[in-house]
Amino acid sequence: MSDQSVDGEEVRHVAALARVDLDEAEVEAFAEQFGEILDAFETLDEVPEVEREDDLENVMREDEVRESLDREEALRNAPESEDGYFKGPSVS
Amino acid sequence: MSGIFITEEHIEGDSEGPLSGATVAVKDNISTEGVRTTCGSAMLTEYVPPYDATVIERLKAAGAEIVGKANMDEFGMGSTTETSAFGPAPNPAAEGRVPGGSSGGSAAAVAAGEADVALGTDTGGSVRNPAAFCGVVGIKPTYGLVSRYGLIAYANSLEQIGPLAPTVEDAARLLDVISGPDERDATTRAEGKNSDYASSADGDVEGLSIGVPTELVEGADEGVRETFWDAIATLESRGASYHEVSLPSIEHAVAAYYVIAMSEASSNLARFDGVRYGPATDREGDWNEVFSAVRERGFGEEVKRRILLGTYALSAGYHEKYYKKAQDARAWVKQDFDDALAEADVLASPTMPVPPFEAGESLEDPLQMYLSDANTVPVNLANLPAISVPAGETDGLPVGLQLIGPEFGERRIIRAASALE
Repeated sequence: MSDQSVDGEEVRHVAALARVDLDEAEVEAFAEQFGEILDAFETLDEVPEVEREDDLENVMREDEVRESLDREEALRNAPESEDGYFKGPSVS
Repeated sequence: MSGIFITEEHIEGDSEGPLSGATVAVKDNISTEGVRTTCGSAMLTEYVPPYDATVIERLKAAGAEIVGKANMDEFGMGSTTETSAFGPAPNPAAEGRVPGGSSGGSAAAVAAGEADVALGTDTGGSVRNPAAFCGVVGIKPTYGLVSRYGLIAYANSLEQIGPLAPTVEDAARLLDVISGPDERDATTRAEGKNSDYASSADGDVEGLSIGVPTELVEGADEGVRETFWDAIATLESRGASYHEVSLPSIEHAVAAYYVIAMSEASSNLARFDGVRYGPATDREGDWNEVFSAVRERGFGEEVKRRILLGTYALSAGYHEKYYKKAQDARAWVKQDFDDALAEADVLASPTMPVPPFEAGESLEDPLQMYLSDANTVPVNLANLPAISVPAGETDGLPVGLQLIGPEFGERRIIRAASALE
């Protein structure tokens, strides 16, 4: 049995945050699997705090106008467009 | 052999070069101008990129002929190529078994002789795993060696495009073509410029010091372990020596890898909203409702699972517990590898702890599938290069040997791997 139990309500909540609809069967299956998978992730609790040694540096370029995709190309894969714009559902 | 390619369309090279006359299969998450690129997903069934990935430009300039877009686990999420929305790919080297994944179509194309070489991508083993399962060679380059421009992202901080080929030298030659800095990918580094990896496939391992991380051998199947030790004995007989090493951080690598990869995926895949690309839906409603409906329809089960778990790991109250701890584990794994590689030229392990799964075997239990990546994911966490080379067989099934090198130590792992051919 899983220590980290996840119920259907939590799965629905996180699915809503991620904007993915799920059917009932998926909610049930995920609730069971997530408990088991999150249990496995629990082992991260034993990891000590570790000093990072990354030597990161910014990579910058000149801020100059360049060629880019033209509008028609950029819109080519959109299911719907209008007057040179992407067309989406209303925001609210 | 059906199931290897999602789209079989030829793209001719546009000049003479080191790959003139060579045919290449390209994993279907690498953008090809004018040729559809699906990521193995119903979300992108109709998607035709308006531009080429940098690696595709380099293939064309090198004279290669692309023969098709290879099947893959949906968005690279899987270890068997069974999560593809276009159906599974076969394993030409082991009938009835999966070809591994997520670059299973690329490995299968090479194993079946449908392409001379192939490109895959490796986020947590997705080049090395199918190379091992199909009995071919696969290289995961150092992070930053190969441009990811035009690669449809799954987990940016982990993934690299890498070659698959029948021989170490062929894989190295393809790596020579695709490596090197690219101003369109700010994470690329100068080291791959004017590389000559192919010439290092000379089989010379005299004096080579090999570290064997015990944690990566102990958990493997008996037949895999036997094949692995036979290959180490072969390297010894050619003048190499080995010693065992311990990497205590390794037991946390799978958890850390999946937390980071899923978190990055949940963010990266937010772009699939049904507006710029994606299947049309007749669902009425506001943005959120239509967005959610498109994603229910366009994404398969494994992709939904990872997006949801990634969203969970990043959500309020859990970020410190999962994501931050995973980053600590990542830094620890990197330190462990650096320490081990200070005492050895290369590290060796079985690529996969098991022989190829039977088709359909692993789909019901996602956690078991994640755990099978135990030997490959630590390399991605540490940003290091690794190669999988055929080591032999167990019960007639291919076994791969993984060699891991220091950052930009591609020549060293290529040389060591070539001694096993």
